[in-house]
Amino acid sequence: MASRPTGSMTKTVEERDHVVIRFAGDSGDGMQLTGDRFTNATAILGNDLATLPDFPAEIRAPAGTVHGVSAFQIQFADTDVTTPGDHADVLVAMNPAALRADLDKVARGGTIIINEDSFTQRNLEKAGYASDPTTDGTLDGYQIYPVPMTSITVRAVESLGVGKKEAERSKNMFALGLVSWMYGRPVDVTLRWLEKKFGGKPEIYEANVASFNAGYNFGETTELFAHQIHVAAAPAAEGTYRNVAGSQALAWGLIAASVRSGVPLFYASYPITPASDLLHELSKHKNFGVVTIQAEDEIAAANMSLGAAFTGHLGVTGTSGPGIDLKAETIGLAVITELPMILVDVMRAGPSTGMPTKNEQGDLLAAMFGRHGESPIPIVAPSSPADCFSVAMEAAGVAIRYRTPVILLSDSFLQNSSEPWLLPDVDALPTIDPMFAKANGSDFLPYARDERLARPWAIPGTPGLEHRIGGLEREDRTGDISYEADNHERMTHIRREKVEGIAADIPPLEVDDPTGDAELLVLGWGSTAGTIRAAVQRVRGSGDRVATAHLRWLNPLPTNTGEIVTKYRQVLIPELNSGQLTMLVRARFLADAKTFSKVQGLPIWADELEDAIVRMLHG
Amino acid sequence: MAEENGDVSGVATLTKKDFTSDQEPRWCPGCGDYAILAAVQGFMPELGIEPHNTVFISGIGCSGRFTYYMDTYGFHGIHGRAPAIATGVATANPDLHVWVVTGDGDALSIGGNHLIHALRRNVNIKILMFNNQIYGLTKGQYSPTSEEGKVTKSTPFGSVDHPFNPVALALGAEATFVARTVDNDRKHLTDVLRQAAEHPGSAFVEIYQNCNVFNDGAFDLIRDKQQGLHNQIRLVDGEPIVFDEGTRCVRVGENGRLEIAAVAESDPSSIVTHDIHGRPSLAFALAHLSHGPTEPTCIGVFHEEDRSTYGEAVRSQLDRAVERLGPGDLKTLLHGGDTWTVG
Repeated sequence: MASRPTGSMTKTVEERDHVVIRFAGDSGDGMQLTGDRFTNATAILGNDLATLPDFPAEIRAPAGTVHGVSAFQIQFADTDVTTPGDHADVLVAMNPAALRADLDKVARGGTIIINEDSFTQRNLEKAGYASDPTTDGTLDGYQIYPVPMTSITVRAVESLGVGKKEAERSKNMFALGLVSWMYGRPVDVTLRWLEKKFGGKPEIYEANVASFNAGYNFGETTELFAHQIHVAAAPAAEGTYRNVAGSQALAWGLIAASVRSGVPLFYASYPITPASDLLHELSKHKNFGVVTIQAEDEIAAANMSLGAAFTGHLGVTGTSGPGIDLKAETIGLAVITELPMILVDVMRAGPSTGMPTKNEQGDLLAAMFGRHGESPIPIVAPSSPADCFSVAMEAAGVAIRYRTPVILLSDSFLQNSSEPWLLPDVDALPTIDPMFAKANGSDFLPYARDERLARPWAIPGTPGLEHRIGGLEREDRTGDISYEADNHERMTHIRREKVEGIAADIPPLEVDDPTGDAELLVLGWGSTAGTIRAAVQRVRGSGDRVATAHLRWLNPLPTNTGEIVTKYRQVLIPELNSGQLTMLVRARFLADAKTFSKVQGLPIWADELEDAIVRMLHG
Repeated sequence: MAEENGDVSGVATLTKKDFTSDQEPRWCPGCGDYAILAAVQGFMPELGIEPHNTVFISGIGCSGRFTYYMDTYGFHGIHGRAPAIATGVATANPDLHVWVVTGDGDALSIGGNHLIHALRRNVNIKILMFNNQIYGLTKGQYSPTSEEGKVTKSTPFGSVDHPFNPVALALGAEATFVARTVDNDRKHLTDVLRQAAEHPGSAFVEIYQNCNVFNDGAFDLIRDKQQGLHNQIRLVDGEPIVFDEGTRCVRVGENGRLEIAAVAESDPSSIVTHDIHGRPSLAFALAHLSHGPTEPTCIGVFHEEDRSTYGEAVRSQLDRAVERLGPGDLKTLLHGGDTWTVG
């Protein structure tokens, strides 16, 4: 059902290989929706893409202020896209505050389309402008296109009988229509979506369609825009694609793990930004037998999941920021009771409440060590929105096979961003055998071990396997309470060896070192994968030899990690924290790794990482 | 083990032994917990529920050890969280018989939030709260049910905290079964626990339990045979509330308030007839007849009502989702929405 690009009837078409667009407006202006729709039309056209939603923590900060600006950035190209782009080629600014907040994110000489109706004296003041930036020289060097979006929209819908407020609200569709024309995006996919969304409210539907068409036609007919821009489809492997956000992919991966293991999924969570989207998504799919509970607090959510795990379900709980602190004690209980459970931590900027809508990879050491006692736990991190699907399945596989809690470290960027996803063949997805324990006539030993050091998963309701577990130290094999000195040491070692043994089930760390003689290794983990790839490609483009490797499992590390990080003369670890993986790598392997750190709540930009690599190579 | 794999024919012949694990109880000699354990192990066979379909879940405190002594499935959790773990168990498998054993500190202090939410959801769990009005495992600090002025290690000048009224708290949390009983009255204890077991939904049972080491005699007025005769107000559904060998009663006083009075001085029509299925306001008023076991106090079932259990509601929602959307299909899920094909 691929749509064809819509070519201009009257204007010339200019070819580009990639474009970065940033939609910015007030929180109430519907910029996330606009970006999301543009993304979908772009994906269907076959461009590769990456997106970055960037919104404030407040639901509606005072209208017209810089605090209330919500933005959505997308990069799309005719080649592999790995980041949402460092700088926007085009900024759509719905009001002065959006311009003020995002002007520094526009490339020099870039295009800025402003809604000139909103550039009133009052709005300029609210945005903190002493004079009008469109006339005082602030925008010199940019290509400025002032468009009276609000008034054209109001005129376009006036015959439809919707109120002025509703009419003005649909100006985001005007902006979408205009930008859709500029880049030849297909209109049918957007119109279909509008019908699905507003089909029940004919007036609102008509108004949105009218605004969208008005924007599209404005581009086509006015003299303002001289030509349309075309970005060809990116070469892609054969198959069926869809655009997917990380939160969807993660939820679907958990469901897939449940389907492929026959173990019902149980998700308990307390509302928290940005992890709530997982609860929202999973609660839609109860026809897969997914139990979702909005618990009374973070601690309850974790304990409910653990109780469900004891009862033979795949117990999952999700959280962000402070929630991981609250769940720590329960994770310790899951470690000692050795039950299959997943804690999804959608990391956000901390400490404490921090910046709830902003990104950070600040919880790696909390995941590793954030519990009292010796409490080892496997940790895995997805590297892109679509990768969340397979990482969720892997986490479930390890949790079930090894009878252990697993921490899945996602982050705010991965959850909210989207990318095209080559859909997997569902019949070829890995299966997971839960191997529930069955009575065999002999005395049941709840803490006996298999070859993976996993203990039996004996679920209530099974005759003959009645047993008691809990947070007190267990005696090896019998599972009875034990304070015996040697036993505690033995159990501590077993728990550690079991987690270390998972390395046998995970692939070795792959190094991308095309010439085989790189001097510098860039080692990453999690959502920085795209940026690292982009930066390294650029550095290689200027002739430098640089290797990269990206960690998926952070605990245990792949067995060849030590060999790799000690092989290169220099190791650079870019992280959205102050150097947490660096600390682990240095402590574990005595490798002289350096950190490229960024903690601004924003992604690492490819150009700043490129600079850092070049500086490290050439001093 | 109670029986061989898959053999349920032994149900009728279950005995106390089938519910008794091989672990030796390790409470202080003379602790009220022994009597409760014996009562529970003794009456479980009467319920006709097999040990493998029974789960005991406990928190931290002296009561927490209870789980280890029952030869059923058991989960000794962390402090205060037993109702949350039990919610996971009872929701994941609504066919199990799930019991929570907790104490006044575990249930009402660190775990207060989970207790009230389990009760309002009407999760099908039976909560036995051993109230000894003290922290025993940590060797004698005051608890959220200790009386004001209580002198303990952590309150050498007396506690200034006002205590909870556990029965009133449970009623306030919309519990569908609320009762109180006493550790040393085997018959009353067993009778209340049996009713709790038969109640579909959350049952909250406060058990006055003597801690003979750190708070000995706290409930003497109620527990002691002689004193109890005068101070236990035994609630029986459908019967007038009369106690103290028939000499005193609970009657409706001024402005609808309940009060204790001599039967001889009371108009028979003013004596309250107990009604466990009525509005919880009667139960609430009865809960407030005394504030703690230092005056005549009600024991028995205060309130019971029918409400669908959480596990059933969740299960029926899953069933309805399948009816509405069809059984979950991965391919349909992944391919839903806008897709495009290359090649």
